[in-house]
Amino acid sequence: MMQKGALNVQKIREDFPILKRKMSGGKQLVYLDNAATTQKPLAVIDSIHDYYMNYNSNIHRAVHQMAEEATLAFETTREKVAKFINARSIEEIIFTRNATEALNLVAYSWGRANIKKDDKVVITEIEHHSNIVPWQILTTEKNAKLEYIGVDDDGYLKMNEYKKHLDSNKVKLVSVTHMSNVLGTIVPVNDIIKMSHEKGIPVLIDGAQSVPHMQVDVQKMDCDFMAFSAHKMLGPTGVGILYVKKEILEKMPPFLGGGDMIKEVHKYETRYNDLPYKFEGGTPNIADVIGFSAAIDYLNNIGMDRVREHEIELTKYAIDRITGVKGVTLYGPRNTKDRGGVVSFNIGDIHPHDLATIMNDHGIAIRSGHHCAQVLMERLDVSATSRASFYIYNTKEEIDKFIDALDEARRLFKI
Amino acid sequence: MSDDIYREIILDHYRNPRNKGKMANPDVSIHDSNPLCGDEIDIHLKVDGDKIKDIKFEGRGCAISQASASMLTEMVAGKPLTSIKDLTKDDILENIGLTNLGPARIKCALLSLKVLKLGMVQYYANKDPASAKKLQDDSKGL
Repeated sequence: MMQKGALNVQKIREDFPILKRKMSGGKQLVYLDNAATTQKPLAVIDSIHDYYMNYNSNIHRAVHQMAEEATLAFETTREKVAKFINARSIEEIIFTRNATEALNLVAYSWGRANIKKDDKVVITEIEHHSNIVPWQILTTEKNAKLEYIGVDDDGYLKMNEYKKHLDSNKVKLVSVTHMSNVLGTIVPVNDIIKMSHEKGIPVLIDGAQSVPHMQVDVQKMDCDFMAFSAHKMLGPTGVGILYVKKEILEKMPPFLGGGDMIKEVHKYETRYNDLPYKFEGGTPNIADVIGFSAAIDYLNNIGMDRVREHEIELTKYAIDRITGVKGVTLYGPRNTKDRGGVVSFNIGDIHPHDLATIMNDHGIAIRSGHHCAQVLMERLDVSATSRASFYIYNTKEEIDKFIDALDEARRLFKI
Repeated sequence: MSDDIYREIILDHYRNPRNKGKMANPDVSIHDSNPLCGDEIDIHLKVDGDKIKDIKFEGRGCAISQASASMLTEMVAGKPLTSIKDLTKDDILENIGLTNLGPARIKCALLSLKVLKLGMVQYYANKDPASAKKLQDDSKGL
């Protein structure tokens, strides 16, 4: 039963045992590194424990009772994932190790079959390395070109550059993030997809930062591919999801060859398995896929619109407070309507790693560095930024502690 | 703990680095980075006989990595090459007064020593392969 109104954060926090942890120096943990990975509710931890304690088996093949139970639990997660993003069927949901592997699957399977010499793949300056490097590898191998949509100083994509790329009539794939893991920018994917489809070009959406934080409907959006990760949305590590429209998937060659992805293997030929199993060679991460099911239930129970509202409120509060701190440079859109719960910044000449060390003294976990987005770092002309990122269990009091620690950093560095 | 790290002397070397800049016609120039933090250090050396005649560094990164590089250049300028061969990570940590760093930040403090050792590998490559090998092995542990 979905709840209504503002989140009961104190009640939510009780479901996350790790949040009670004291860090060295006896400080209460303040976890603000949610864009890297989120914490896991007890229901997820229990569900993995239950699998290993009570029905650990390999899936899809054996006919004994435990294998049937494990297969059912594994496939139930697939159904829940399909429903969560509103895919047409479970055939469109492929489990991978992480979002990175999902993106690479598209590059290696679809990309190798479809990208030819002088073709263009269009990405953006705000991509994570996982949505850059696979396309560098592919376009180099195929003598094709990699093109970028630039980002303006406020953190918005330069849509006129995108239009120019499309007008060149050489573009064969557009691959963009739905939300920047550094700037927090929510990309106008609906416009991007519409413009691309007018030219018959498929679009891949990196949903690693968006699917965990807002309602995402792949049919409404009409993307052709989408990649995201379980561990950024309360689930375990080691589970990625690739959504592909069935009509595209049907024409894609397999990715990893091996067990489970086949129907029949003969000496020199193989008949591949049905969708989506054709793309899932080898024993998958059964326990963690099963654990992911509990994470989806947890988010569904809260409701993704409420998750988003909570994060807008926290982000607004954080931006208001941090812009009042002397020496702070804030990156990304100011309007919380256009950004997710990610606040990247620099302060004076304090290097982000020094700031993260000072924050750590206060029990505060933030991220510092290039955030796997060095192309964007070059664009911003910085070597690194500090980043605080929020989720359902974070509070305004935690943001206050974060601001206090910023003041402490200013004192140490005499800013 | 941060009070112990970000002392006056570290901030001074961070903001007013010694021996920082380019060098014309160096005998050795070497670059390395710390992928975790993105800290970068270049070291340029001029060697005269058995001594370091001149040393300069370029770089960007956190206070620990940059202050450590600055202090390292002061430590080795004019010294015999053999003393660099024997420099250990403890020598560096004591030199900068940071003996309590965690595993993530210790890499920042030791990056410049690693670069210096790699520079010496380059210098000794043909002259003294045994020393080059020892320095190469040393640098792997940093």
